[in-house]
Amino acid sequence: MLKFPIYLDYSATTPVDPRVAAKMIPWLTEHFGNPASRSHAYGWEAEQAVEEAREQVAALVNADPKEIIWTSGATESNNLAIKGAAHFYQGKGKHVITVKTEHKAVLDTVRELEREGFEATYLDVQENGLIDLEVLKAAIRPDTILVSVMFVNNEVGVVQPIAQIGELCREKGIVFHVDAAQATGKVDIDLDKLKVDLMSFSAHKTYGPKGIGALYVRRKPRVRLEAQMHGGGHERGLRSGTLATHQIVGMGEAFRLAREEMAEENARIRKLRDKLLNGLTDIEATYVNGDLEQRVPHNLNISFAYVEGESLIMAIKDIAVSSGSACTSASLEPSYVLRALGRNDELAHSSIRFSIGRFTTEEEVDFTIDLLHKKIGKLRELSPLWEMYKDGIDLDTVQWAAH
Amino acid sequence: MSFAPVYLDWNATTPIAPEVRDAMLPWLGAAESARFGNASSRHEYGRQARAAIDEARAQVATAVGAHATEVIFTSGGSEANNLFLKGAAACLKSGTLAISAIEHPCVREPARQLRRAGWALREIAVDADGRIDVADWQCAIEARPALVSVMLANNETGVLQDVVALGGDARKAGALLHTDAVQALGKIEVDFRALGVHAMTLSAHKIGGPLGAGALVVDKRVELSPLIAGGGQERGLRSGTENVAAIVGFGLACERAVARRVVEAARLVALRDSIEHALSVLGAVVFSRAAARLSNTVFFAFDGIDGETLVGKLDRAGFACASGSACSSAQPEPSHTLLAMGVDPVVARGAVRVSLGRDTTAEEVERFVATLSHVVRDLKKLASVAF
Amino acid sequence: MAYSDKVLDHYENPRNVGSFGKDEEGVATGMVGAPACGDVMKLQIKVGKDGVIEDAKFKTYGCGSAIASSSLVTEWVKGKTIDQALDIKNTQIAEELALPPVKIHCSILAEDAIKAAVADYRKKHQA
Repeated sequence: MLKFPIYLDYSATTPVDPRVAAKMIPWLTEHFGNPASRSHAYGWEAEQAVEEAREQVAALVNADPKEIIWTSGATESNNLAIKGAAHFYQGKGKHVITVKTEHKAVLDTVRELEREGFEATYLDVQENGLIDLEVLKAAIRPDTILVSVMFVNNEVGVVQPIAQIGELCREKGIVFHVDAAQATGKVDIDLDKLKVDLMSFSAHKTYGPKGIGALYVRRKPRVRLEAQMHGGGHERGLRSGTLATHQIVGMGEAFRLAREEMAEENARIRKLRDKLLNGLTDIEATYVNGDLEQRVPHNLNISFAYVEGESLIMAIKDIAVSSGSACTSASLEPSYVLRALGRNDELAHSSIRFSIGRFTTEEEVDFTIDLLHKKIGKLRELSPLWEMYKDGIDLDTVQWAAH
Repeated sequence: MSFAPVYLDWNATTPIAPEVRDAMLPWLGAAESARFGNASSRHEYGRQARAAIDEARAQVATAVGAHATEVIFTSGGSEANNLFLKGAAACLKSGTLAISAIEHPCVREPARQLRRAGWALREIAVDADGRIDVADWQCAIEARPALVSVMLANNETGVLQDVVALGGDARKAGALLHTDAVQALGKIEVDFRALGVHAMTLSAHKIGGPLGAGALVVDKRVELSPLIAGGGQERGLRSGTENVAAIVGFGLACERAVARRVVEAARLVALRDSIEHALSVLGAVVFSRAAARLSNTVFFAFDGIDGETLVGKLDRAGFACASGSACSSAQPEPSHTLLAMGVDPVVARGAVRVSLGRDTTAEEVERFVATLSHVVRDLKKLASVAF
Repeated sequence: MAYSDKVLDHYENPRNVGSFGKDEEGVATGMVGAPACGDVMKLQIKVGKDGVIEDAKFKTYGCGSAIASSSLVTEWVKGKTIDQALDIKNTQIAEELALPPVKIHCSILAEDAIKAAVADYRKKHQA
């Protein structure tokens, strides 16, 4: 039986896997120690659990556990990586490079650096959402100290060429940070091979709890950071603050499950996504946003022309989806990611991000296809733009009354 | 663990209260009632999360006499202290920052970081009992510091500072006044307006709430720059997807702690007094005994007995206590609070902290006193043989 | 965003959706807004020889409030003379639909649609 609204917003957040919850719960009450307490068993067992989780997180991305620093989430990891590296290496130069389609946690952090006197280049992306390596090469200057590129885009799901960018940055001696919040459990990440210096992770996008994340900080060759949160000297002085054991245990278990199950799970999800893709592109005048090949199987972002975004969301309230990124969707600004892909405001407004996950069923996908067919049909019946389109009028030639 | 040791380290962290855990469970994905939305999402899942956060914000605000819009959720007390100090400093021209000499490392270290960035750092002395030295305070205030931070209750000694009286001078001098109320919440009355501070730090896990949640309560007229930039959550002052489970737990924990505070404090002070009586008989030094203190905290040392050794013996005998404060106990140095009080470093190395809480019973305290007496007598015998 | 029951009702069951034939006697059209602004309203009125609006139809590209505002207006203008129709003010529309402040522009657009349709009628009938 279907439960409404059907959740198709796994890129905003995922439910905590019940197996993860089961691991976390004992750490709330029975084993509640502060992992920094060195004088009794409550503290020791908490510390041991924290270290085991660190190994589990490291294992998913083939890193050394010593390279994993706990944070409160990917936003904090991005802030720590970007500000921490920029502040540490500012003697070498004050130029950083990022991409226009990055998450706000990266863009706003880079803007903060600009206010501090750094210079930043925001790379354009191609129409398919991917960066052009030549454009990146051209942007690199002698004083470039940091490049930050996300692994998987949160809105359109495209996978950036991280391996190639890593080679380029390593060759030039530039610190390379990757926001991998949307990548864990979806793409293979091998930090032994990838020439990435810093990588941000989040638990709650991979069936773990909210409020916990991690930053990978490479040891060989060693990358240095200036801490952003000072205090008791936790996490080798890079991030002070009492560690939240239950959350860390949850992230460890979530990443362990991701490692074990991702191959099988992604095959299943790809089938569902392809079904959804075929079912929706059946509808006339729809446009898929972002490259379909270099893309995680979980994401489908589609613009439905001639219907308005907000009324579309209202029409499909039986499914829980995003129009634009969850973090910015409180405002009515069209998605800056879709605009960077060259979509006009109308198409950006009428785009829907469907994100599929571990608990999505075929029945839910079937329902969604049927719902979209009905509702898009109804809204287009209401739409003067659709009528004009059907009458063969080129809307770009229409003189619209000023409003 | 085959048996659970008696937990006497409630100032380090506290077990989550059962009702608080039950309120959190749906947000941690527990089976049928699972809720998990991202509070920034506009659909029903997101709205449920947003509503839960709003309710918790109101609970926290009510517990401390603040307005809900003054509560900024953070990942904990350390972050809240960092947010105030660095966030306020970023909006000011470099000036003087005054903190007490006994602040928690998560105030002291950001303060030192600001000193490296060009601020003058003034540490205000305390007396032998750990109270702010009023003459030094006035002297520090005369230098017209832009920022002043003084903790409401000390995590090690439990000593309370008269922030209301001290704060008057600081405000008149034009300083932004902050208090770290992490150890005070739930143990003494904490009223944001009555304290007259511009900002105040709270933490969930010290009051029967979860690890991973805290708050900066801040007057909206205070200009702050965020520590963590991004999606613009928490009025732009703290970006990052909200930790709904921990925030829900924090809200309820605040409500409970404040409701039970008076009765609980009276119960704990009686237990603490019985420990202190026994300590006197055994010849211990009880630090800050003459000062107004939290009702749950005893900080003491025995002449000639190393604190680590005593705590180790007590642990093996089934009692979990602390030597020095948990957060800084990775460092073997004696407590900086005691050193600031002028305690001889040799004596300070003997320091042991016993802190009581919600589940501590009279029977446990009786057993602890008996065990302590044995352990101390044994250690003293050993010490005399060694000499 | 929480919509009022009346907005939801008009959105779920919009009244008078559709178009009249362009050359039908007495038909006038008002089209206001722009796709880039997120709202386009097309309001058509069919005016009898006595100057009374006999029928009205609309199509709207826009949010729920925009759809509801135009749907409501088609009901209100029917039976009114074109002069009476011009007396319909956006504040009345906003009040009837309990529009929140951020949606007031939808009611303004609906008022503009009436004005545009009446202007079109007058232009045709003066000619």
